[in-house]
Amino acid sequence: MAIDTKPITINVGPQHPSTHGVFRLRVTFDGETVVDVEPVFGYLHRGTEKLAEERSYVQIVTLTDRLDYTSSMTNNQAYVRAVEKLAGLEVPERGMYLRVIGAELQRIASHLVSTGFFLQELGTFVTLLMYCFRDRERILDLFEMLCGARVTVSYMRPGGVFQDAPEDFWPALDVFLNEMPGYIDDLEGLISDNEIVLARTRDVGVLSPEFAIDCSVTGPNLRGSSVHWDLRKADPYEVYDRVDFEVPIGSRGDCFDRYMVRIQEMRQSLRILEQCRDQIPEGPVRTEVPYFIRPPAGDAYAAVEAPRGELGFYLVSERGIAPYRCKIRSPSYMNLTVLRDVLVGWRMADLVIIFGSIDVNMGEVDR
Amino acid sequence: MTTQIGAARLAAHVHSALSEAIVEHDERDVWVRPESMDGVARLLKDDPKLDFAFLVSITAVDYVEYFEIVYHLLSMRRNQRAVVKTRCYDREEPTVPSVVDVWQGADLQEREIWDLMGVRFDGHPNMKRILLWEDFPGHPLRKDFLR
Repeated sequence: MAIDTKPITINVGPQHPSTHGVFRLRVTFDGETVVDVEPVFGYLHRGTEKLAEERSYVQIVTLTDRLDYTSSMTNNQAYVRAVEKLAGLEVPERGMYLRVIGAELQRIASHLVSTGFFLQELGTFVTLLMYCFRDRERILDLFEMLCGARVTVSYMRPGGVFQDAPEDFWPALDVFLNEMPGYIDDLEGLISDNEIVLARTRDVGVLSPEFAIDCSVTGPNLRGSSVHWDLRKADPYEVYDRVDFEVPIGSRGDCFDRYMVRIQEMRQSLRILEQCRDQIPEGPVRTEVPYFIRPPAGDAYAAVEAPRGELGFYLVSERGIAPYRCKIRSPSYMNLTVLRDVLVGWRMADLVIIFGSIDVNMGEVDR
Repeated sequence: MTTQIGAARLAAHVHSALSEAIVEHDERDVWVRPESMDGVARLLKDDPKLDFAFLVSITAVDYVEYFEIVYHLLSMRRNQRAVVKTRCYDREEPTVPSVVDVWQGADLQEREIWDLMGVRFDGHPNMKRILLWEDFPGHPLRKDFLR
């Protein structure tokens, strides 16, 4: 006798612990197997783009902190670069180095968060998440020395950074750079060859390179699918053309590759930080910029390689003190395009892991 | 380094294939007719001399007299970017052909533009609001709220 089952639609979220913020997946299951997925979001929509039209160019820096709240530094960086392009501002050498130091520390911190939650979703209950957060805490301490804030940093300004690093920042950075590789080794020793982790992530949630490009996927998700594309290499901004680093790429485009790319990127970020520490010149950290910037009429698009992919700002000026239009091209939002296609055909338990490996941040999706 | 394709070259190239499509160009950007946008998109992606396989972003700007839709494109193979714009003068029911068939990455972005700016994309398979709820009144990013 054949047993008849009907597809059933259930909601995963919006308060599900593995949805990385307030996010809902309407999933249709046939038994355990996913047959359809509809992402529902907007719960965190604050109208950042509209708010930006009512604020001066300097004030908007604080809004960008709150987009992807695990990588405020790179949000700042993308925004101020767009303003500089629009207004034709120069940045002093030391300011650029400090920005890259901030951005690379932030990349490590952000990858620690995503790796930690990814492992948490695999079922490594709390332990590894806490290891990742312990290490991230040290980066937040460094941020606190730089600018007095730990998460919503607002460290960068059009024309440079808000202040020079204090004297005791450099020895603290040295200690961090000495100890962090060991921490990554510890994490890898527990995870990367683990039989259970491999069984659950190898060849799970495969994203093909052609499909990733067609869906405008960027960041570790794209590089995990063996596409060699990193804005720091392809279009070196600030001082990335003066430092030596590699772009790690995966081979199969599965969950494990995306995890591995993030781990390798943390090591490369440490390399960049060491070189920046050795190369940084003395000098001013910010050019003189009037508090109310009035860029000439026109538009500009500037992007940086944020931890989750290409983060771009498109600004339109009509000579006012606030932008006429401020569009945010956020990587998490674009990476969600592939969600349905990578999830269909997998099971409920895989859904959580695949979604974790895509690593979206809802602050940035909903804006 | 990423370069930007010369607007004159891009305009001439599109013009030779689709003679009606180009409206004008300046040093940086090219403006096309909104009704030709899907054809232009297909050409930009499939022509090996252009090869813009990656859609970076779609933006809509409300200039009150018209809506401008801005397409930022990228060719990863040639490390080159392009900006294509189109203007839509109808304020009541602005409509532009969808490019989802060309780049799937346009899917969520076109829905976002419909939601926040109120520009419809003809041919989009699922033209619903995405960030706001279905019966939200108006489209918040429009300049209807000038003081």
